[in-house]
Amino acid sequence: MSILVRSDIPVLVQGITGKEGTFHAQKMQGYGTRIVAGVTPGKGGDWVLDEKIPVFDTVRTAIEATGAEASVIFVPADRAADAMFEAIDAGLQFIFCVTEGIPMQDMMRVKRYLATSDTQLVGPNSPGLLSPGKVKLGIIPGEIAQPGNIGVISRSGTLTYEIVNEIRKAGGGVSTCIGIGGDPILGMGFVELLEMFEDDPETEKILMVGEIGGRFEEDAVKFISQHVTKPTYAFIVGKSAPEGRRMGHAGAIIEKRAGSAAYKIDLIKNAGIRLASSIEEIPALLLKS
Amino acid sequence: MRILEYQSKRIFSQYGIPIPKGRVAINAIIADHIYEELKSDVVIKAQVLTGGRGKAGGIRLAKSAEQVEELTNEILSMSIKGLPVKKILVEEAVRIDQEYFIAITTDKDEGVPVLMASKYGGVDIEEIVKGNHNALFSMPIEPLVGLREFQVRSAALAIELPKQLWHDFEDIVLNLWNLYRENDAENVEINPLVISEGNRLIALDAKVTIDDNAIYRHPELSEFFDMEEEDRMEYMAKKYGLSYVKLEGNIGCMVNGAGLAMATLDLLADNGGQPANFLDIGGGANAEKVASGLKIILEDERVKVILINIFGGITRCDEVARGILNVMEEKHCTLPVVIRLAGTNSSQGLALLQSSGFIAAENIADAVKLSVKASKGKKR
Repeated sequence: MSILVRSDIPVLVQGITGKEGTFHAQKMQGYGTRIVAGVTPGKGGDWVLDEKIPVFDTVRTAIEATGAEASVIFVPADRAADAMFEAIDAGLQFIFCVTEGIPMQDMMRVKRYLATSDTQLVGPNSPGLLSPGKVKLGIIPGEIAQPGNIGVISRSGTLTYEIVNEIRKAGGGVSTCIGIGGDPILGMGFVELLEMFEDDPETEKILMVGEIGGRFEEDAVKFISQHVTKPTYAFIVGKSAPEGRRMGHAGAIIEKRAGSAAYKIDLIKNAGIRLASSIEEIPALLLKS
Repeated sequence: MRILEYQSKRIFSQYGIPIPKGRVAINAIIADHIYEELKSDVVIKAQVLTGGRGKAGGIRLAKSAEQVEELTNEILSMSIKGLPVKKILVEEAVRIDQEYFIAITTDKDEGVPVLMASKYGGVDIEEIVKGNHNALFSMPIEPLVGLREFQVRSAALAIELPKQLWHDFEDIVLNLWNLYRENDAENVEINPLVISEGNRLIALDAKVTIDDNAIYRHPELSEFFDMEEEDRMEYMAKKYGLSYVKLEGNIGCMVNGAGLAMATLDLLADNGGQPANFLDIGGGANAEKVASGLKIILEDERVKVILINIFGGITRCDEVARGILNVMEEKHCTLPVVIRLAGTNSSQGLALLQSSGFIAAENIADAVKLSVKASKGKKR
């Protein structure tokens, strides 16, 4: 089973009638994910994906009609916070927010509202979750990974694809791969997911792909030292990034020493976590032991 | 995005935060005119987006028309930390009895705004904290509730503000909060807030940083985004919706995805190469976006070799190839170009690029090694 969600979880897609929403809903469905509904305000009553999936105006009505338990959000940045509020308010168990570029103050309020609920949020600016051969929520290409025993957590998209693909080419496989998102203010961090990987019988090793900015890696290292018994590996990017400049991801900016790659790499080494120094090195490091 | 002091002060005054009288000038004639208007000694302040202006001689007191002219010309010919001074702010000089530091900033790790205050204003905040950890008052603001009056009173108490000024202080800080909230600011800062003649509180300096992600909903601020202050390439990139950061080297890089782009730069550095830039074309980029990215790199005269690293997920490699071909034909590029395409439609992409003289790389490691070699060797 995947961590976080079960393989047959019924999923709705917020923003399903948009270009990206339609494309990725199709891809998820093709991978075997149970897409049961779409939500686009004003498009309720339409049918999409070969006229087989109903579209609703609100998340609540979609849940009532289909029993959806998770949402994947492709709503544009200016309305994404509202989409998350709606999903939380409707009591969905899981939200995966793919949208990038959400204003920070919007996200602060979403995060506080989230804390009053039982909903678990992944993202925003997340590629989502892929449990090879089982379920895919988000935009991670299905063909890059095969089933296996490595749990992967990351702050980025394509870098994760690259790594998982290299692992596959070297004969390795992945239990679940999940991107927490490239923004500074996120739902779940590394820690919550590390805990799940530690408890997941299908995961035997864990790879954390981190980057500059924020405290996610620091919190993770603390947690790993105290609570994770499975072999854990790490890779950190942004060694060559200049201070004070935002490197693509809104969260990837060195604002104080603690945000730099060097600081994070030191923490990781001192905690005895195995560190890969390049992408090339990762498969060998993970597969030899 | 940071905006200049005079722009920040314009927003301050819209929010009723008291500032010294003054105006912006671009030459000595206008500066002199403002001096005549103000009928007092003036402070001439360089308008550049960096700290340390005072130390660099970019903030000066002028007591006569001659001094105004002289200092204006001097400051307008300076560069501070590499930034040429193009504008100055001419303000009435106000008496300073006491200086404080006040800010509302964003704690990104906790996801909340924070009210900060110190009785040691007028110096760099880093210096304040370094000297004495108790010197800085700091209190998180609940995003769903907003800044409350009691928090402002707690700050006033902590910085030992005279009680007869508490009411004015409350107005200023609550207005600062409204400014932060309504303009999607990341940081708003008054350093120093001073007690001046007649026991008045005045904001002598003003710093406002707006969240880049929220600029779209503040069209009224767009006039403040001074493109002259930005690097031309960075400006172009922003226009096309690309993420670009200028670096020091000679290898022009174009990658899809921020994480992969950082990994590529790191690997270049590990192999002795020097990237000229960070450029993330994002997910799902089409031929047009690829072309714009490549054009930006070609604008950069320092670039000796171009490295394109694409892992197609949502991005289709044949689209990328089409974009590259269009630009190369249009611009008659003679630079060596190392291309690595993987993932979605990579074989179609590579087929399109075949026989067009590009250096194709198998994987990211090869791509980096080939680029570094080309950046150091003689031209092909």
